[in-house]
Amino acid sequence: MNTRQLPPSRAVVIGASLGAIDALTVILSALPPGYTLPILVVVHISPDKKSMITELFQSRCALPVKEAEDKEPVAGGTIYFAPPDYHLLVEPDFQLSLSSDEPVLYSRPAIDVLFESAADAWGDSLTGIILTGASRDGADGLKAVCSAGGTALVQLPETAEGETMPRAALEACPSATALTLEEIADALCYLEKLK
Amino acid sequence: MKSPVTETEELELHLLLEAIHRKYQYDFRDYSPASLKRRLAQALHHFDCESFSQLQHHVLHRPDAISALLPFLTVQVSEMFRDPTYFKSLREQVIPHLKTYPSLKVWVAGCSAGEELYSLAILFREEGLESRTIFYATDINTDALKKAQDGIYPLDRISLFTENYQKAGGKASLSDYYTTGYGRAMFDKTLRERTVFSDHSLVSDAVFAEMQLVSCRNVLIYFKRDLQDRAIGLFKDSLVRKGFLGIGSKESLRFSAHAASFEEFDREQRIYQKLSLL
Repeated sequence: MNTRQLPPSRAVVIGASLGAIDALTVILSALPPGYTLPILVVVHISPDKKSMITELFQSRCALPVKEAEDKEPVAGGTIYFAPPDYHLLVEPDFQLSLSSDEPVLYSRPAIDVLFESAADAWGDSLTGIILTGASRDGADGLKAVCSAGGTALVQLPETAEGETMPRAALEACPSATALTLEEIADALCYLEKLK
Repeated sequence: MKSPVTETEELELHLLLEAIHRKYQYDFRDYSPASLKRRLAQALHHFDCESFSQLQHHVLHRPDAISALLPFLTVQVSEMFRDPTYFKSLREQVIPHLKTYPSLKVWVAGCSAGEELYSLAILFREEGLESRTIFYATDINTDALKKAQDGIYPLDRISLFTENYQKAGGKASLSDYYTTGYGRAMFDKTLRERTVFSDHSLVSDAVFAEMQLVSCRNVLIYFKRDLQDRAIGLFKDSLVRKGFLGIGSKESLRFSAHAASFEEFDREQRIYQKLSLL
């Protein structure tokens, strides 16, 4: 696949579970300072722990990394993580929202919730990426991204620590493109130049 | 660009909320639309409707449908002693202040099925404040209020409640406060003897008493900013000077127009104290 054929995007959403930290490190640490697209990330994490994930990635990324706050306007060039035990959503006016609604597929935050709301907000200007994981969360979400005309990328299942999630995503969204982590990082850098 | 389908759904959602407000006076127009839409999509499934327009027709023509729809519009997922560190901070930091008052009023706003109310009632009993306290538990959903009044929860939730209770610094055993039967836990009805349950809307109703403590957790996140401000304004006007406001662990007064009326009492636990000079 030639990632140089991708259409332009205004925002990126990423979902990952089992093996998320290593996979996300490859992608997020490749984004250069001054990168302009907002990146919203859901990782399945334990609800009762104080999450150190933002601190961890801040030390590995050139871009600012933060935990998403309720009713915060989405800013370009920022990496947002969903807080533990809350769903993260994007409002139609591009503010972030948190919710305590029931877990989806046993997960809160759930990838589907972020992706479906982001697909509503950004429509065809959204890129959705499903990485490694052992659940099928994200499959419906990625389908919503495709249906709204957005770009769908999936980690090549054979290269993922958890193959279930990328396989489920590819099944739900056959038009998605399967790539290695390095290719996804490359695609994100290219997407930004299109803006 | 938004997809045409999304644009149509947004319009239908807007009309549905307008219809519910005009016909039944429940006002969800200033709720955050993203999660509301998700919950209403589940309602479509429940009512076997294909679109929000069809659901609107259903709700307008079947008066019994609105009470079945309310649980989808309001969120009812909570747990006792959710975020145990919040209740620990109330116990250790706030209660010593409350003990200086001869009588107390506590408002649990958006009490849903009562988990937060019973948590506070147990806390106040253990701290010897119960007999001088009146609790007000309010919600817009009368079915949820009835559940709160019943104080009955599925037994499979009790292990989580118990774990939270212990982490929150509970002085006894949570099982001292309930009896079990038929797969359910029934909380001691004397815990709610000093509680007034009432239908109250943070969208449209006014202040109704003067409080020393308002606890309203994970309610504001469902509101747009202007409505958040209205609710926080109500809490401000309800509280005595130096009164306490506790909100959810991911909620904040930082962006609120009323931020200057409060100081952070326990920043980490999102407990605020109303300033004395207002």
